[in-house]
Amino acid sequence: MLAFLVRRLLTLALTAWLATLVVFAVLEAIPGDPALVMLGTSAQPEAVAALRAQMGLDRPWPFRYAGWVGGMLHGDFGTSLTYARPVAGLVADRLAITLPLAGLALVLSAGIAIPLGLFAAGRQGRAGDWAVMAFGQMGIAVPSFWFAILLILLFSVRLGWFSAGGFPGWEAGAGPALKALLLPAVALALPEAAILARITRTAALDTLREEYVRTAVAKGLPRRVVLRRHVLPNALIPVATILGLQFSFLVAGAVVVENVFTLPGLGRLLYQAIGQHDLIVVQSVVVLLAVTVVAVNALVDIACAAIDPRPRVTA
Amino acid sequence: MPNRQRRAALAITMGAILALAGALAAGPVLAQGAPRTDLARTDLVVGMRLEPPHLDPTAGAAAAIDEVTYANLFEPLTRIDAEGKVVPGLAEKWEVSADGLTYTFHLRKGAKFHDGTDADSADVKFSLDRARGADSVNAQKGYFAAIAGVEAPDAGTVVVTLSRPDGLFLFHMASGDAAIVAPESAGANKQTPVGTGPFKFERWVAGDRVVLVRNPDYDGPKPALERVTFRFISDPAAQVAALKAGDIDSFPQFDTYEALPQFRDDGGFTVMVGTTEGETILGTNNARKPFDDLRVRRAMAHAIDRKTLIDGVLFGNGAAIGSHFPPHRAGYVDLTGLYPYDPDKAKALLAEAGLPDGFATTLRLPPPIYARRSGELIAAMLAEVGIRVTVEPMEWAPWLEKVFKGKDYDLTLIAHTEPLDIDIYGRPDYYFNYQSERFNAVGAELDRTQDNAKRNALYGEQQRILAEDAVNGFLFMLPSATVQKSAVQGMWVNRPIQANDVTGVRWK
Repeated sequence: MLAFLVRRLLTLALTAWLATLVVFAVLEAIPGDPALVMLGTSAQPEAVAALRAQMGLDRPWPFRYAGWVGGMLHGDFGTSLTYARPVAGLVADRLAITLPLAGLALVLSAGIAIPLGLFAAGRQGRAGDWAVMAFGQMGIAVPSFWFAILLILLFSVRLGWFSAGGFPGWEAGAGPALKALLLPAVALALPEAAILARITRTAALDTLREEYVRTAVAKGLPRRVVLRRHVLPNALIPVATILGLQFSFLVAGAVVVENVFTLPGLGRLLYQAIGQHDLIVVQSVVVLLAVTVVAVNALVDIACAAIDPRPRVTA
Repeated sequence: MPNRQRRAALAITMGAILALAGALAAGPVLAQGAPRTDLARTDLVVGMRLEPPHLDPTAGAAAAIDEVTYANLFEPLTRIDAEGKVVPGLAEKWEVSADGLTYTFHLRKGAKFHDGTDADSADVKFSLDRARGADSVNAQKGYFAAIAGVEAPDAGTVVVTLSRPDGLFLFHMASGDAAIVAPESAGANKQTPVGTGPFKFERWVAGDRVVLVRNPDYDGPKPALERVTFRFISDPAAQVAALKAGDIDSFPQFDTYEALPQFRDDGGFTVMVGTTEGETILGTNNARKPFDDLRVRRAMAHAIDRKTLIDGVLFGNGAAIGSHFPPHRAGYVDLTGLYPYDPDKAKALLAEAGLPDGFATTLRLPPPIYARRSGELIAAMLAEVGIRVTVEPMEWAPWLEKVFKGKDYDLTLIAHTEPLDIDIYGRPDYYFNYQSERFNAVGAELDRTQDNAKRNALYGEQQRILAEDAVNGFLFMLPSATVQKSAVQGMWVNRPIQANDVTGVRWK
């Protein structure tokens, strides 16, 4: 087990290092001088040169690369060129919006999808089932940004119940902050819920065909009780797996929804940083995301290995 | 899933979409057209397209910095008012010596920074010396280039001596780049700005808003507003939605022109269209073939139909220009008739230049919507006379790097928004690659001239030189549209500088 762990961690470190190289190289190749972006079309060349020196952009790339990676190893992600603030703080601020948003969307989509899926499975082939399947079809076909626009038109512009976007900040209180996150979370959750509802339905139908369920039905248990006690727990296994996978999709989808609702989350930070050529922010955020994905995969592998010893014997 | 079931599912889906669309189209009108009517509100939410990168106007060129801080939070010695005139700022009056080399400023007594310290002549000296210093990162360092020395004979007086006359000195000292800051707080102004203005910084929710509150210790007239929130919304659809939902009270510099009619038709909103300093030009690389030939540049000037351009891009809101000067400024000369739209004339000029079959070229466009739309129209207009244009949309950073700094382009399209920036044509290394001794001679005389009538005549001469040389395709002035709730009063109609001065704003 120890050898497996060490091997897995080494792969993780290697992947992370490769990610920093690739990200740095790609951004080096893109034309654009951040100092010029900051000072604009009327700037004098000497002012641009002074700013470049101040930002350390005049140093050769190996020094800048080494400085960046060395800093990250010490937890220093550098200073944003545009915002003149430490990147770590910027990212933390933004995660404080994106993570609750994704979490809220996850809860909403599970809360909508699981009951709907079970309901549909219980009425296979009947009108209720069709309605759920139709919802699923719609949710899969319609992108979340379109839902987002519809939600704004209906609940903000027509009814005036919600702001059309923006975020008051957590310091304004949990109530206003959550209210600002609700519509975006719904926009994110609906397409996810549509997929999840179909998966729940299929899983439930599969379970319904199992002998122990037939036995339960034959014993005369009411349908509702059969669904809740016997079908749900077993159907939840594939559903939970998908739910876990969906979390990363939710974070990605958040980029789109954050832009429609002008929510200052991580996705919008990345989007704006690319536009402003804030290389250090782009570099750090991309590497952070890459490392997170790799680390989660590694954790899953290690957890699986702990449960089922076969991979570490054969690998 | 059996086919029958699939079809039924599809039918239900379509039904649901139609029902939702119907609900949106015919739903009850609750919020629309009925903004809150509470009397004498003292807060204001101002919409802005871009978020400022930081809040120090002396350390960045981003217009968004001034749009939040100018006149509200920071004050320069002099300032620009709603009409574009130079009026008192931190200095309540000043004298200029007869030779135009010595400026004596008298500061407002009792002026204080937001941290409670006095704003005196030492702060002014510090600010000006900092801006012109060797390691200054002031984006407009050139504004301070003529300063030979700054003295502070007493706490309320500042004497600035120039090494050469500078006709625009007072005008430049009124820019955000010349804002007066204190040595104790200057280093932190990017995040926690400390100025002398009637509003002070409260908080910044990164990516979303900056909040200013009234400064109770301001020594001048108190503004009517107690709290001003600047909200940053870059997406055009989101801007319209935020206005309609009542989230935004006033949106200056609103550039989604196609949405203006729906706000004009809505009684709850007022639409004001004013002027800006943004000369929009078809930037031309004068050093490159065939644009080094005056006949080719004149042919292009004849090939552009400005009326169609203004209708198509700005939905009719905006004035045509014939040179690099705004029509609303004194000294303006109307040269729009010099090259009337005449494709046949254009073709003849091209033939004369030895290009009877036209030529192929590229047009590199930066991201703003006016640039992208104008570029497409101009490509079509030039094609009419045989100039085959390949349109290349670019992101902002590569545009600055390649076109502006590297001068690697044939044609581009951009609005120059700095006020009174006709002097850029005299810069030796500017991206137009234009050189004219005649133009530079007039510029030198402008710097020696204080008399306004004479200055205006000289500006007129410069405009004529540029128009005759057809340096760039002179297209139109960017308009400044403001969409706001009808009860908001006192927002600037025109944009003589890039600022949202809210010190005079109140609710009806």
